[in-house]
Amino acid sequence: MSASGFTTRLVALTRKETRQMLRDRSNLVVGLLLPVVLILLFGYGLSFDVKDARVTVVLEDSSPTARNIVAGLHGSPYLAPTWETSMAEAERMIRAGETDAILRVPGEFSARLAAGEGGLQLLLNGVDSTTASVIEGYVDGALSVPMQQQADRAGNKPAGAASVTIIRRIWFNETGESTWFLVPGLIVLVMTLIGAFLTSLLVAREWERGTLESLFVTPVRPLELVLSKLAPYIVIGGIDLILCLLAAKYLFLVPMRGSLWIIVVSSLLYLLVSLGLGLFISAITRNQFAASQMALLASFLPAMMLSGFVFDLRNTPVVIQVISQLLPATHFMGLIKTLFMAGDYWPDILRNCSILAFYAIVLIALTRRSLAKRLD
Amino acid sequence: MSDGGATITATGLRKTFAGPDGHAIAAIDDISLTVHPGKLTALVGPDGAGKTTLIRMIAGLLKPDAGSLCVLGIDVAADPQAVQDRISYMPQRFGLYEDLSVQENLDLYADLHGVPQKERKERFARMLEMTDMARFTERPAGKLSGGMKQKLGLACTLVRSPDLLLLDEPSVGVDPLSRRDLWKIVQQLVDDEKLSVIVSTAYMDEAERCAQVFVMNRGRLLAEGPPGDLKKQAAGLTFTATPPEGMPARELQARLIDAPDLIIDAVPRGGSVRFIRRPEADEARFFELLHDALVEARPEEIEDAFMMMLRRQERQDRKTPAEPAAASVAAKRRDNPDKPVIVVRDLVRKFGDFTAVASTSFDVAPGEIFGLLGPNGAGKTTTFRMLCGLLPATSGHLEVAGLNLRNARAEARGRIGYVSQKFALYGNLSVRENLEFFGGAYGLRGKALRTRIAASLERFDLDPAMQSGLLPAGYKQRLAMATGLLHEPDILFLDEPTSGIDPLARRAFWHTITSLAGDGVTIIITTHFMEEAEYCDRIAIQDAGEMLALGTPRAVRKEAGDEGMDMNNAFIAIVEQGRAARNRKPSAA
Amino acid sequence: MAGPVTYIAQVLSLIRKEMLALVKDPANRTLLFMPAIMQALLFGYGATYDLTHAPYAVLDQSRGAASTELLARLDGTGVFERVATLTSSGQIAAMIDSGEALLVIALPADFEARLAAGREAPLQLILDGRNSSTAGLASAYVGAVVAAYNGTRGVSTPVTIERRAWFNPNLESRWNMMPALIAALSMMQTLLLAALSVAREREQGTFDQLLVTPLTPLQILIGKALPSMLVGIFQSTLIFLIILFWFQIPLNGSVWLLYLGLAMFTLASVGIGLSISAVSLTMQQAMLYTFMLIMPLMLLSGLLTPVRNMPEALQVATFVNPLRFGVDLVRRVYLEGATFGDVAFNFVPLLAVAAVTLPLAAWLFRNRLA
Repeated sequence: MSASGFTTRLVALTRKETRQMLRDRSNLVVGLLLPVVLILLFGYGLSFDVKDARVTVVLEDSSPTARNIVAGLHGSPYLAPTWETSMAEAERMIRAGETDAILRVPGEFSARLAAGEGGLQLLLNGVDSTTASVIEGYVDGALSVPMQQQADRAGNKPAGAASVTIIRRIWFNETGESTWFLVPGLIVLVMTLIGAFLTSLLVAREWERGTLESLFVTPVRPLELVLSKLAPYIVIGGIDLILCLLAAKYLFLVPMRGSLWIIVVSSLLYLLVSLGLGLFISAITRNQFAASQMALLASFLPAMMLSGFVFDLRNTPVVIQVISQLLPATHFMGLIKTLFMAGDYWPDILRNCSILAFYAIVLIALTRRSLAKRLD
Repeated sequence: MSDGGATITATGLRKTFAGPDGHAIAAIDDISLTVHPGKLTALVGPDGAGKTTLIRMIAGLLKPDAGSLCVLGIDVAADPQAVQDRISYMPQRFGLYEDLSVQENLDLYADLHGVPQKERKERFARMLEMTDMARFTERPAGKLSGGMKQKLGLACTLVRSPDLLLLDEPSVGVDPLSRRDLWKIVQQLVDDEKLSVIVSTAYMDEAERCAQVFVMNRGRLLAEGPPGDLKKQAAGLTFTATPPEGMPARELQARLIDAPDLIIDAVPRGGSVRFIRRPEADEARFFELLHDALVEARPEEIEDAFMMMLRRQERQDRKTPAEPAAASVAAKRRDNPDKPVIVVRDLVRKFGDFTAVASTSFDVAPGEIFGLLGPNGAGKTTTFRMLCGLLPATSGHLEVAGLNLRNARAEARGRIGYVSQKFALYGNLSVRENLEFFGGAYGLRGKALRTRIAASLERFDLDPAMQSGLLPAGYKQRLAMATGLLHEPDILFLDEPTSGIDPLARRAFWHTITSLAGDGVTIIITTHFMEEAEYCDRIAIQDAGEMLALGTPRAVRKEAGDEGMDMNNAFIAIVEQGRAARNRKPSAA
Repeated sequence: MAGPVTYIAQVLSLIRKEMLALVKDPANRTLLFMPAIMQALLFGYGATYDLTHAPYAVLDQSRGAASTELLARLDGTGVFERVATLTSSGQIAAMIDSGEALLVIALPADFEARLAAGREAPLQLILDGRNSSTAGLASAYVGAVVAAYNGTRGVSTPVTIERRAWFNPNLESRWNMMPALIAALSMMQTLLLAALSVAREREQGTFDQLLVTPLTPLQILIGKALPSMLVGIFQSTLIFLIILFWFQIPLNGSVWLLYLGLAMFTLASVGIGLSISAVSLTMQQAMLYTFMLIMPLMLLSGLLTPVRNMPEALQVATFVNPLRFGVDLVRRVYLEGATFGDVAFNFVPLLAVAAVTLPLAAWLFRNRLA
């Protein structure tokens, strides 16, 4: 068949796919509304930044010294201290989830302090370990100034004498905002979900409804089927990408230090991988239920949990690191975070983009093969 | 039109599939055949004969395990795409995109086949005219009736003139009018364009139209030849028996079919019974059997030859030929035979501004077989769903066993059985598991349930361990019936139970139905096989939601114009009269 | 015929059918337990906020005993691993950009001299902030090591803070994450199974067949809800066992209370699933609407980030999210050993969700499509 035959058929099939996509509202709900919901949730709803942590102070020693030290808590913008006289009551509160931490000043505190070893007790609810660590840090910080003053008064060596101090410089995300790394990660998630939720049903549906059998016995080539199913969803993905970028820039003020065009190109490359994976799953399962489950398990959940989105891969065992290196999402996740926060770092760009391109080509080729026009 | 040589040559063709138990099952077992160009060729055979597998191999969708298959001079196994570029194929369930409109479906296939724009205009106009769908081009395909979908499928297949047209059971579930239209289109193309067509079918009258017929059974070729040659084997054995006044034809038919050593086959038609006599039948016993009937010889048809071939096979394969005889035709009538079990008065159902059922009234007496006939989209299924309580009526009165099932207490539903249009049992459960579930749902349990299941398995000759989704169509139907009857309902609703089933299985099905009616079960049935209307006590013909005729088959035939005409023609006549009257009405107003 | 025995027998036959349909297909069978096990293991190892491995690079321009000792202490933690020794500050950017090192420690040439002179000796810590939580943790670790080092040099404050973390003494994030997964992972499949159960029967035409039987909507509801619940609780049990025996996180609370909570939580999830099912015309719609719902339910559950960190409005919205109360309940019973009285409040929203969605679904069975 001539090249014009190819174009005519591709256009016809693409038109068909587009119409089908537009006519079922649930496609648009997942393709366009869900990303918006996710953008808002990630930008506003999810935060690792603890505010107003509830610290219950049990002051069993009411000496001015003790009061003075504990007063430091009020200086912290992150802590909301309350006062309680009975330790039993405070313990009840932590059990009932009414407070996050207890700072206990024992009765003999002032006396022991005079002897040079005043001890405070910090009791944390360790169920939420991250929050607990953060609160511990805040309490430490809030108490450090009055404690230092206490030390000075006690006549220890002058502060800073012959000690190592740290000058911290956190690159890329100076203030440690969690939205800065959540929002670029969101682009990965959104690109993944279109492939996992929308294209994974496309071929399976045609198998189930028997429409492929009629389509097979026409001059249509398998590659045309694959390309026509990708096209409308690339447009949807493109719209979502624009939404994400706009939200990142204007809503969440995430810096975009890399070039916009590289961000766009690499995102589209990953979109292709994600759509290809969805189609491939769809083509081999031939069943909508199995396809959706597979897509969820093989593409979406790993992208969310194992790509380095929130959990840092450096902290995982080797097996998990190997698995995560096999996921295209991991490579795109690393790349997009670098592009947003660090800038154009070419070795990374070239390496990750070639990995993504490789996946895209392999997946599309596999899908094409599994659509070989055969029923057996 | 092409190559001059044969359209298809197959030698030693074989195709096996892995069966449910892991063993290979030969769907096509050593078939050799030649199909000549420019002709209509039919593939006939019972369910599971391998017709669909053969057609799919010709279309390059399945690869033969052995043998060679040449289509249009191309080795289809080696280069399926080259074949697919030149043929058109309509699978059993044509893959219309239900969310696309009629026009969009046509455009898609025209683009895929590369039909040039200028040819397209003329072709579409012709297709739409032939299928009578010009008015519906904007309607989504999913909203069309079954017959219209099938015609649209054919139109999509025929957007261009192929070198070979493959049709796999194109008329399953299609009403007589649409069926006639479909064949008119195909015939026209064969006449005008010398199109080569291969069609598989369960309708013997369709096979009769073809130039060449291949009879298949269990993957093998039983016979081949022009219909005229094939039917010769029935010569001299075909008769018509007219029952004495007052005896329904189906009673005589039941008597005949229960004598398999004398009679090969018998069906009621046009108030009499057409039957095939066994050549070796004992003369004395033969006349004894037909003592009260008026017997006349009739010309043999291909259906006769087909039934003879199948019955012969069946005798070879099975020890017990038919099902246990329904001896209890002696009626166990209800206490009050005059009180109708179903009362319908001025029933109306509207969907938006579309009236699916318009002011319909009828009664059904206990133990009656009541046939609801009509073209696709006439409102039969809607009426059915309202009777079963699945759909509320817009207005009118409705009573089944004295109750409206929509509001009645759940137990009232225990008195009815329902067999829906498409196979609606759990395909991944076994036969026994399906029966156990529905038995349990109807409140049967323990010994009562086991006894009923054992009886059903025997009555319908079902293998309890088979996965029900993998059963051949005829057996699926039996299972559906077994399920509907498990709780011994008083009323049985059957929605197109015989669509897509071969003639042999249909005979067995009606045998069961008539014996149930004999036992006093009321039966409401819809069908597209008009000759089956002859089994009914009374029939109603619906079109566009309106009731056109109601009465005994004989009365309806009379109303159509001639008592002696067959039901198919009577039906077409009545529907066309009705449509003509409806078209006149608005213009008069 | 409608005695109570018959009534129950009818429901049981429906439950049996649903279970059979689920387990007959080998692919389905695998889907019932494999994903749960795999995810529990993968997430158990992968979903951690703890810093266990921090590659770092050193630019040591002082090369003295003090810097050597400090770096030895760093290496001694087992967390920090030196991946490179730099020779000029120009190399720092490449180390961080490529992600090879999470942090770079730069000791100036006068480091040793300043310490010897009894003055402050600043060291520079450069962190990769692309993951802000990791950066924060690493920074705190370095701070602790440096403080300990200062301590040995006789610089210390008289006030010490003794930390004790209840329920999770080492503050391991796995302890926080895993019990939550007992609820979260099983919810996904429970919801999907329930959502597909009626939609699939509708698509395959078997639902009509079911509606013409004498089964009442309530019976159909029970027959549809129980199998999904059983599957959900079965999966929860798998994850529970993995956590208890594989990851060896000690169970502090009562198993009965844990299961009572899970049962309530699963009931609410199934109610949502069946409601989706009842409004969906096709399986495709049922699946897409389920996915649409699962994402926000997960994100707003407190699974990844605490509910208390969310804006007020969203915190209110989480009251209709059964997962929020499921996660909270399981965590508290499992880790804190909470009693029924402690978590009684969690049952209220769960019951409320079930009480709305289940009757709604039952009503929709018969009246949808009418």
